[in-house]
Amino acid sequence: MATPINQQTDMTLIQAVTDALRIKLATDDTTLVLGEDVGKNGGVFRATDGLQAEFGEDRVIDTPLSEAGIVGTSVGLAVNGFKPIVEIQFLGFIYPAYEQIMTHVSRIRMRTMGRYSVPMVIRAPYGAGIRAPEIHSDSTESLFTSMPGLKVVCPATPYDAKGLLLAAIDDPDPVLFLESMRSYRAFKEPVPNEAYTIEIGKAHIVSEGTDVTLIAWGGMVQVAQKAAAQAEKQGLSCEVLDLRTLYPLDQETIAASVQKTGRAVIVHEAHAMGGLGTDLIALINDTSFLYLRAPIARVTGFDVPVPLFALEDHYIPTPARVLEAITRTVDF
Amino acid sequence: MESQFPIQRIIDDAGQIVDETKRDALTKELALQLFTHMNRIRTFDRKAINLQRQGRLGTYAPFEGQEAAQVGSALALNDTDWIFPTYRDHGATLTFGADMVRTLLYWNGRVEGCVPTDDLHIFPPAVPIATQIPHAVGAAWAEKRKGTSAVSVAYFGDGATSEGDFHEGMNFASVFQAPVILFNQNNGYAISVPIQKQMHSETIAQKALAYGMPSVRIDGNDAFAVYFTMQDAVARARNGQGPTLIEAVTWRFGAHTTADDPSKYRDQERSRDRVDPLERLEQFMRTQGFYEDTEIDAIRTRHQMEVEEAVKAMEAFKPPAIDDLFDHTYATLPADVARQKADYLTARGN
Repeated sequence: MATPINQQTDMTLIQAVTDALRIKLATDDTTLVLGEDVGKNGGVFRATDGLQAEFGEDRVIDTPLSEAGIVGTSVGLAVNGFKPIVEIQFLGFIYPAYEQIMTHVSRIRMRTMGRYSVPMVIRAPYGAGIRAPEIHSDSTESLFTSMPGLKVVCPATPYDAKGLLLAAIDDPDPVLFLESMRSYRAFKEPVPNEAYTIEIGKAHIVSEGTDVTLIAWGGMVQVAQKAAAQAEKQGLSCEVLDLRTLYPLDQETIAASVQKTGRAVIVHEAHAMGGLGTDLIALINDTSFLYLRAPIARVTGFDVPVPLFALEDHYIPTPARVLEAITRTVDF
Repeated sequence: MESQFPIQRIIDDAGQIVDETKRDALTKELALQLFTHMNRIRTFDRKAINLQRQGRLGTYAPFEGQEAAQVGSALALNDTDWIFPTYRDHGATLTFGADMVRTLLYWNGRVEGCVPTDDLHIFPPAVPIATQIPHAVGAAWAEKRKGTSAVSVAYFGDGATSEGDFHEGMNFASVFQAPVILFNQNNGYAISVPIQKQMHSETIAQKALAYGMPSVRIDGNDAFAVYFTMQDAVARARNGQGPTLIEAVTWRFGAHTTADDPSKYRDQERSRDRVDPLERLEQFMRTQGFYEDTEIDAIRTRHQMEVEEAVKAMEAFKPPAIDDLFDHTYATLPADVARQKADYLTARGN
């Protein structure tokens, strides 16, 4: 019986992730879910809850505790016919696998002139704001956006999470899929039951505006939206842009928006130095310099290690800090 | 391999002496010392779980069931030694001399909790798995280079043996004959993954064979076995005879952390069927006539009061300072970070 079309279910972001994984495990025998505690436990955040019971220990695999081992063996699995969907428990724990991603996952296609490729998805929860223990709250996406050969995707909503994850699994190249922990259960929205994809490399205009473009992704989209709502009360019209994909960047959408508003505020949780904001400023400089009516502002985490949670509220960008940057930009 | 590395014990599950060669060494003084520390850290551990449930502490990693392993090993060290714990080893660090208030602060998201107590060499807990093992080897190597007799100990779990850092640390320890004790608490589970899925080897102790390192597999719930085995390893390290791997087989009674639900992956109802290391030691003390109710009651009361006082002091501790978000990143704050700090404080009206 065909699945009725247009049916949808209210889901959180993490439920949308599980839903996408379930669809792929059911429809593509080459997909494997691998990681620490992803099987019986269903993942520490429950992203893979129920999947091992449904698809078996052979498809949803509790691996030994070794990030380098998980990603390294996934290279071999991927080059030899399987599609690994890896979970790294927290982005802050990905570093043992960094060598595998940097030297092999991202460049095996180039090194073999396209003869070998290692399509895989590496999912990792990231970011602060949930009072997690030390070192669980890193937001180091720019370590990976500067890694040619790898795509980096970061959904902000349940709808986007499902469509982007399905697209990432279909992608012929490896994708790092970042899931904001603070967004996992922040809200529900209707998500289609059927499979659908959202194009990787395309940004999304969350709300249109005329005075200033707010650029954010993942957990910071909501922060930008709150700031935009407050700015509106002051008569300022913000266009909120959700990047959705952090590499490759959607140059057209970003440039068109900034050329329309003439102002931009970039919001990210990562440190300012070496953060993706610097690449966005370069992109805007390259495409839209003469349209600018004010210097581009950034609201970011400070250039310090992400603190233990007693101080994390001072580290993470807040709507108040974004509003201050909007005002400063408009008043320039 | 299991027969090559049999589990060594001095008392059995019922607290009866099974290693007669040690009978004279099992004094009331030692038993009471082990009991006192084990009861103290259990009191702390249970209180911490309660505080977390009341929202007065962040996510916490309990160690109940592992008290004999942590106390027995830490008591065999001197004040000048080094200790490199994980997030589940606060029982060991408290026994070694770590401040209880700071330990509570750590679990309340306060960086003050990472600061070692007085002159003791206590590294902040390793949160990533196995990363502390090479650190402990390096600190031991430094003591050897300086010509001291101090040693270093790395605490780690069964899951850590799957990480590269474990194997690299083992190799370095062996190559440089560092005075280090690699103290493994094999509690059977890495969060939800049982040891049978973690490794195909029958024991962890056997992994030392590959590195030409002595190793021993002990009953980690027998406080005496832990204490004397650790004492031997420490003595060898102090005498220039290099590293030792100790596999202390134990069991985590509770959850991985307060954010974990162990009933998802094991029959948690049966978890407590295992022999409790503290009850086992009490049994031993009763059998030997070392257990005096008034004395034990007084110890228990003292620990309850100590923990309550520590909780009060933790809750009365000065609020977190925004300065601390910035000030300790470098010896001298780079100008751009100093500016970020000044701007943030100015915007807040500070």
